[in-house]
Amino acid sequence: MTATALHPQGPAPPPAPPTLKASRPRLADKSFRMITLACGLAVLAILALIAVFTTNKAMPALRSEGLGFLTSRNWNPSPASGHAHFGGLAFIYGTLGISFIALAISVPVSLGLALFLSEVAPRRLRLPVVYVIDLMAAIPSVVFGLWGILALQKPLGRFYGHVSDIFAGVPLLDRIFRGSSGRSFFTAGLIVAMMITPIITSLTREVFATVPSSQKEAALALGATRWEMMRTAILGYGRSGVVGAVMLGLGRAMGETIAVALVIGSVPSITLSLFHPGDAMAAVIANQFGESSGTFQAALIALGVVLFAITIVINMVARAFVTRAERALGQA
Amino acid sequence: MSAHASPGTPAPPASSLLASSIAPGRRFRNRLATSLVFLTVAVAAIPLLLLIAYVVQRGGPAISSKFLTKPIPPPLRKGPGMGPAIVGTLVITFWATVIAVPLGILGAIYVTEYGAGNHLARVIRFMSDVMAGVPSIVMGLFIFTAFTLKTHKLTGLGGSLALACLMLPIVIRSTESMLALVPRELREASYALGTTKSRTVLTVVMPAALPGITSGCLLAIARAAGETAPLLFTIGALQSRSNWNAFKGSNTTLSAQIFVNASQPFAGAQQRAWGAALTLIVMVLVLTVVARIVSSRLTVKAP
Repeated sequence: MTATALHPQGPAPPPAPPTLKASRPRLADKSFRMITLACGLAVLAILALIAVFTTNKAMPALRSEGLGFLTSRNWNPSPASGHAHFGGLAFIYGTLGISFIALAISVPVSLGLALFLSEVAPRRLRLPVVYVIDLMAAIPSVVFGLWGILALQKPLGRFYGHVSDIFAGVPLLDRIFRGSSGRSFFTAGLIVAMMITPIITSLTREVFATVPSSQKEAALALGATRWEMMRTAILGYGRSGVVGAVMLGLGRAMGETIAVALVIGSVPSITLSLFHPGDAMAAVIANQFGESSGTFQAALIALGVVLFAITIVINMVARAFVTRAERALGQA
Repeated sequence: MSAHASPGTPAPPASSLLASSIAPGRRFRNRLATSLVFLTVAVAAIPLLLLIAYVVQRGGPAISSKFLTKPIPPPLRKGPGMGPAIVGTLVITFWATVIAVPLGILGAIYVTEYGAGNHLARVIRFMSDVMAGVPSIVMGLFIFTAFTLKTHKLTGLGGSLALACLMLPIVIRSTESMLALVPRELREASYALGTTKSRTVLTVVMPAALPGITSGCLLAIARAAGETAPLLFTIGALQSRSNWNAFKGSNTTLSAQIFVNASQPFAGAQQRAWGAALTLIVMVLVLTVVARIVSSRLTVKAP
């Protein structure tokens, strides 16, 4: 009876379990397995194809520049006379600088948010804060960029001016806080920080949630204050997961394109000054790809290849950390 | 110094009990840390609320029925018109979904149902997580070199392919975690009735996990709908007429229009950018909220 219900269109219900696997279902079974396998392999295929196609199209620039593509800061796609030069160092510097600023802002905030949600928050406040973080994650990158360029640029520029006045004359600090451009490394870092905060927060929160309550209770039973409990039990226990989460945030920050393209100012520069316009790998691709051709286009694609390689490595290491943390916590 | 017991203090964390016997320095540090944690909430929430308020204030007046349907005027001109971008966003995201969702779900089925414990499945899962971290602009460059340069045409489909690459790992990840939640007993009960594996997956496991999978896919769609970078050089983003055909002719999207208009000095273009930003946020939020509702109302139920 049940068998008929399960196989309404199939052959007559077989009488005994051993013969249940008739030949037709087995064929269907095999082909379904093969289809799912093919779809799973698509991930590996796409990643391989990304590497092959982009590297292939980037070759003209890589061949003409050699290692200088990574080490030279001479980027001149259309010189008045002589050869065009494509040294990508200023863009690599910009990407790293922006990511560093973004992490410096975002990591403390994200850890605070994660601790708030997992330990500190009163029940009534938890859900609204979760919604705020969801909302932050849902806002498209281009909207952050639009806000940054049309709403923040002027007030931030003025603010930077005041800050650089304060530090004028102080050695080193006056170099770091020099400039008053609303479009700058710092503006880009600030916007990217807002964009990676939800990612780092939700990942760290997952890690904190897996810290066994016996650890927390033990700390409290020994007389630890809540902060001491968070520091020793939660941050101590979840350390490798937090490292992984931060690295995933770093990968995202480096790949962030559109918002950065709008607020970075598009002046390739290597400088300590936070409030100075700069440029970054993903941003220059977005801004200039449309007007590029020939070796220039190849050079932009080559920047994409470098970005791809860096983010792949960062993500692999980060995932390894997260997986290790999950495994360690899972066994405890 | 952290974990030394203060004599006579029992376990309960109730602060009134502890307060009396904790050294002032430790109590101060505890209060300080707690207020810093509260501060981070404000630091995260205030800029976000400012952003939303600004977009609503600037974009709200721009929205009208004409804005949602009319062709896009040239940047210099004032006046409404963002219809083609809305059409483009819908069309391009639709085809990206058609490509990525089946691929992702079937891939996740392999990883959880067929490949459990097998080396290849572990590699696929790991690499799909890694793929989730590949910058969207790289996906755009990939489709540009692998598709746009080969076909010599800027079409909506190019954008859909790039967005599909972006969505694939998200779909795989969420489907996988939902399939893992389906109780083992359900599968075993199905096998005990003599059902084949593929039939078990399709008629028992999938229906049980469907709400969660739907919710994950909606979040992936929301993410894709807001993307700009992979579209810039695959769809010919400056199209100003509606194009419902993803396979022929260039196209545009809300995100691409925001990007192009954001750096224009003209008031009309900027106002359209704000209007487009508000429209896009609303679209993405609706998808996100629906996803939440689907996953919370219809969670996996073990019989």
